[in-house]
Amino acid sequence: MATMEKGKLALSGQHFMNGDIACAEGAIAAGCRFFGGYPITPATEIAERMARRMPEVGGVCIQMEDEIASMAAVIGASYAGVKAMTATSGPGFSLMQENIGLAIMTETPCVIVNIMRGGPSTGQPTMPGQQDVMQARWGSHGDYEIIALAPSSVQEMFDLTVEAFNLSETFRVPVFVLADEIVGHMWERVTIPEAESIRIVNRKKPTTPPSIEYAPFQPDHDLIPHMAVFGQGYRFHATGLTHDEHGRPRTDSSEAQTRLVQRLCNKIRKNKEKIIRVENVMVEDAEVAVVAYGIAARAALSAVRKARAMGVKAGLIRLVSLWPFPDVQIAEVLGHVEAFVVPEMNCGQMVREVERAAKGTPVAFLSKLGEEPHRPSEILNAIDGVLKK
Amino acid sequence: MIEGETVHPYERFLRRGMIPHIWCEGCGNGIILNCFAQALEDLNMDLDKVVVVSGIGCIGRISGYTNTDSFHTTHGRPIAFATGVKLANPELKVVVISGDGDLFAIGGNHFIHAARRNIDIQVICANNFIYGMTGGQYGPTTPLDAWTTTTPYGNIEHAFNLVHLAAACGAVYVARWTALHVRRLTESIKKALQKEGFSFIEVVSQCPEIFGRYNKMETPLKMTQWFKQASQVQHFSDPAKAEITPEKITVGEFVDIEKPSYGRLLREMTTKAKEK
Repeated sequence: MATMEKGKLALSGQHFMNGDIACAEGAIAAGCRFFGGYPITPATEIAERMARRMPEVGGVCIQMEDEIASMAAVIGASYAGVKAMTATSGPGFSLMQENIGLAIMTETPCVIVNIMRGGPSTGQPTMPGQQDVMQARWGSHGDYEIIALAPSSVQEMFDLTVEAFNLSETFRVPVFVLADEIVGHMWERVTIPEAESIRIVNRKKPTTPPSIEYAPFQPDHDLIPHMAVFGQGYRFHATGLTHDEHGRPRTDSSEAQTRLVQRLCNKIRKNKEKIIRVENVMVEDAEVAVVAYGIAARAALSAVRKARAMGVKAGLIRLVSLWPFPDVQIAEVLGHVEAFVVPEMNCGQMVREVERAAKGTPVAFLSKLGEEPHRPSEILNAIDGVLKK
Repeated sequence: MIEGETVHPYERFLRRGMIPHIWCEGCGNGIILNCFAQALEDLNMDLDKVVVVSGIGCIGRISGYTNTDSFHTTHGRPIAFATGVKLANPELKVVVISGDGDLFAIGGNHFIHAARRNIDIQVICANNFIYGMTGGQYGPTTPLDAWTTTTPYGNIEHAFNLVHLAAACGAVYVARWTALHVRRLTESIKKALQKEGFSFIEVVSQCPEIFGRYNKMETPLKMTQWFKQASQVQHFSDPAKAEITPEKITVGEFVDIEKPSYGRLLREMTTKAKEK
């Protein structure tokens, strides 16, 4: 085991840690140097880790007065040129929605971690849930596209937090790490690579020196604008109002509204192949495909293996990224998959997307609420059930 | 430039392409912008290192008009946003300019905590006693009995005394002026800009078009005459006794103290953490 060397940016080596801590270490390895958060179960360990580690690596960790302020401070830090993150759970995620919208509108690179617990409202703070996946997609008002990743192991809490920063810097969009309480709190072995082998992406900088002509929201051919930060002499303006390429409010122009909002959506929609990550296990010849993510994907993998051992052609489509939804990846299997099984720790959220993408292929939903995640046997029974239909 | 035109003395402080502004004739917001520009000029501040942050409302548009880096946040959140900016880059001079509703109704929680933490930012509040942008609803500083569209029988809520609130929350510099006190307001802004820690300036500002029209002061002159008649300069008087009434608006400096700022304590803590 590697020793936890103080002040090291990436704790390269093998560790035994929980998902929340791995998430914090992933952020640090990705270059995060600002954390603003508010205590909430089951995400508090991320803030605690950041409070200890940020000063060591020259960053700032501040406990704000609420999650509204946390999200606002994260946007401010990002505009000041520092990679920034916050971490929360359902109730805090609800409070953040307002400024998540601001981050979308002002194209702010930032990462929001939601260690999902049982809801609605205060719900079950110490119990797992996957009930916020639709809130992540649609929780703020207006039309937009975001990116969400769903780790299902402690290793992925590290890896996907790094990836979340890279995606947010690439696309200038808030990126969510949607984990559940089990993934956040369980302890597993984590391998942290050498710092130089961790892929780090930084936002595009302006290609021209400061001038009055600088247009902070003028997109490139990839629909993503270069990003100046405060204090570099560009003297630019950003606003949550609908704006033109210069950041000037355009509240009375349908054309400006159409151009901006469509671009905010299209910069994600047209780059789906660079964002979407799906892990297929034994899917090539599968007649039944289990579509799962987070903790549910682990029981699903076990169930699929057991089904194969019994001679049933089952496969797992594990959604490593949740948003944008992998329509193409689902469509690819429709030729041979006769039924889908979707286990989720909610009352049916991503299953709606699977049903839409399945284009009439039967979809069985397996709900689970409360403390216990799905058992492999339950998913196996569901596989058996859809084949008998 | 058309022949014979002269350059506005504050031209270099104003962002091209954003003017004309949206403010009504006679509004106090322009005076606040003017005083802010004069303060930056007098201090010879590097405009590349100034960030102006505002919230939502009429005065919220001020960040767009200043020729610095600037951000127009969601309603009530400029102080929380400014906190992130200042902590991420302490070299920047981060100034929040916003309204009474933005800073003290929807954003009240952020104000009290930034003041308590002694974050190194300057907060200037244009207090016009009303929500102007939405057509004249009562807010946290609307005087008792005042008429607004949501107090059609007169306001029955007590108003915040902003300088008392700021002092109680720990601000190291607290002052109040009206938009009529142009030179004194400018001097206060200069003082605040040079102060370490959280400073707060309330500018009692005229909204003749809405607050004034609803409350028998329908011209800029009538509103500023009220300011002139009611204002009493009393430096370092008890902010608890400085409620704004129709008869009296106590103006002046209320607090000017030294206290380690969040930024200073953060740097000390970071140094210690690295040494351990």
